[in-house]
Amino acid sequence: MSGVKGSVTPPPAVPPNVLFEALLRLGDDRLVLGHRVSQWCGHGPILEEDIALANIALDLVGQATMLLHLAGEVEGAGRDEDALAYFRDEIHFRNCLLVEQPNGDFGVTIVRQFLFDVYSVVMFDALARSAHPELAAIAAKALKEVKYHLRHSGDWLLKLGDGTIESHDRVQRALNTLWRFTPELFAADDIDRAALAAGIGPDLSAMQAQWISIVRDVVERATLTMPPDVPLRAGRTARQGAHSEHLGHMLAEMQIVARSHPGAQW
Amino acid sequence: MTSPGHAAAGLGAADLAAQAAALPVDGQWPLWEVFTQSEQGAPHEHAGSLHAVDEEQALQNARDVYARRGGVISLWVVPAAAITASSAGDSGPFFDPGAAKAYRHPQFYKAPRGVRVL
Amino acid sequence: MSDDPAAMAAFEARIANGESIEPKDWMPERYRKQLIRMMSQHAHSEIVGMLPEGNWITRAPSLRRKVGLLAKVQDEAGHGLYIYCGVETLGADRTDIIAQLLDGRAKYSSIFNYPTLTWADMGVIGWLVDGAAIVNQTLLAKASYGPYARAMIRICKEENFHKRQGYEMVSVLAAGTPAQKAMVQDAVNRFWWPSLMMFGPSDVNSPNSAELMRWGIKRKSNDELRQRFVNLTVTQAIAVGLTLPDPALRYDDATENWDFGEIDWTEFNQVVRGNGQCNQERLDTRRQAEHEGAWVREAASAYAAKQRASSTSVAA
Repeated sequence: MSGVKGSVTPPPAVPPNVLFEALLRLGDDRLVLGHRVSQWCGHGPILEEDIALANIALDLVGQATMLLHLAGEVEGAGRDEDALAYFRDEIHFRNCLLVEQPNGDFGVTIVRQFLFDVYSVVMFDALARSAHPELAAIAAKALKEVKYHLRHSGDWLLKLGDGTIESHDRVQRALNTLWRFTPELFAADDIDRAALAAGIGPDLSAMQAQWISIVRDVVERATLTMPPDVPLRAGRTARQGAHSEHLGHMLAEMQIVARSHPGAQW
Repeated sequence: MTSPGHAAAGLGAADLAAQAAALPVDGQWPLWEVFTQSEQGAPHEHAGSLHAVDEEQALQNARDVYARRGGVISLWVVPAAAITASSAGDSGPFFDPGAAKAYRHPQFYKAPRGVRVL
Repeated sequence: MSDDPAAMAAFEARIANGESIEPKDWMPERYRKQLIRMMSQHAHSEIVGMLPEGNWITRAPSLRRKVGLLAKVQDEAGHGLYIYCGVETLGADRTDIIAQLLDGRAKYSSIFNYPTLTWADMGVIGWLVDGAAIVNQTLLAKASYGPYARAMIRICKEENFHKRQGYEMVSVLAAGTPAQKAMVQDAVNRFWWPSLMMFGPSDVNSPNSAELMRWGIKRKSNDELRQRFVNLTVTQAIAVGLTLPDPALRYDDATENWDFGEIDWTEFNQVVRGNGQCNQERLDTRRQAEHEGAWVREAASAYAAKQRASSTSVAA
């Protein structure tokens, strides 16, 4: 899937490294999550769901491809989306902790997906108005896809939350466990502030308010309980390269063939 | 559009059910028939079927299974059980055109000479 | 629904006339049973077939190949689904049919019991395995049973991209680094004979063939289809500079066929009987998915039941 073609014209106010970092964050989130979701293919709870999850994974990897392609162009060092995806080490990845968590059971996958889908919808809705035209175009296209993803994960959250006692317990546990990764989604750092100031990135604290409102609505309709607030972990975030140990194993598998044949065409 | 007729042949299903391994009975999801419309003004055509527990899931699954390649602008999903089909024995009188009933054909109606009707 | 001679004669006349048999039409019990068997086997093959390729999705070496492979495996799930739904029109239950697969009673295509050992296997499977399947499927699109034929038409349209993608992958590897070229040649060496076995035993040893042909479920013999596949494929291998692991391969100017060597039917029979390299693993994987998905399927059913109950009580 090719990236947005045409010359890259960032507004003069934004330092290129800010744009590059911002694009890596967006792209890496979707690359990692798309990879995770693709692991379900052939193992889903029912055939129809194998197809649905594959669609979501395809959309996510497609979005990642466009975002990383643009990132490579912005960087201007000759790296394309494959170079970025397959030849960076984990400390250089900029995805959040939430997406690198393992799939767990279907309940964990759905909760992870739901929390991220709400975030994506709010994010791309904001980015569709980005001052950066290529980014805005990618966001507008992605917004259509992620609204559909949210329809899917939201519906499953209702069905599992308000299904059987077992399904309710499983997703409540998943929600409680994954909740600690959510503050990081809205923790603005210098990159975020610079991107916001330049009009190319979103206002994360405004996003958080929207996010929590949508999440609470679905969680409660699913007869689930909102987990207690959890503070942001101190220190560097995954967005700055401080990942969990999960990412390394995931990347080892993802990158092995490409790295075994550097420079080869596929 | 063909008639789905899923309940048509009871014998085979009974055989299979009798032989089936003892997997947990997890409430088999009902069957839905899917109809797709490819462009404005075109009729909805039968595309196939799928299993889903409710309308929302049926619609989403239909979109993923039958519309992911594009070329579909509208989807209908119908519980298979809601469809009534004519039976194979309903040939002949049930479907025969009213050959003796000339009033359904344009030739029945005469127009005055020289007047263009259509 | 007894198979009386008059009804049978009328039925066979319809088929000879190229008519489509639909679910509610009269059909011999044996026709129905054969179709259930064939269609189930076909659907199972699609589902199990997701696994050897699914094995490499997470290791695809470029984003383009990653989405291409994922889309292909997704299509296979879809194909299985079309055919399972087709089988259901014959009065069979998807849950029951799947139970037969999981407890080893039902068969599926033997090719999927081979392991995928390198990335090159992905290209070779698309080229050879899907290539072989297409030779078969193009004819099934004219099967006498309507729902099967219609599912096959849909499948054939989607299958074309699979084979093209596979062959493209193979040609890129064959023209690549020495390591890539060796990788793809090795994959061909492992998959060539199993691909030929996909067409089934020689017709002499195929008991069902004659009846299936008379009933429009099978259109050409196993050997004819296999020969057609060989003729197509040898040229393609030559075009990309790959050899096929058959020293007896020889072009016959008179028949315009590529003559090929003897197939090792011992290996085929072993694999078909459950003793291939991955039979156990394939079924274990499917059983695990089915088992682990039970709570999810139950939850969805329970949710829907609750919603119906509450909307009924609201209406009342």
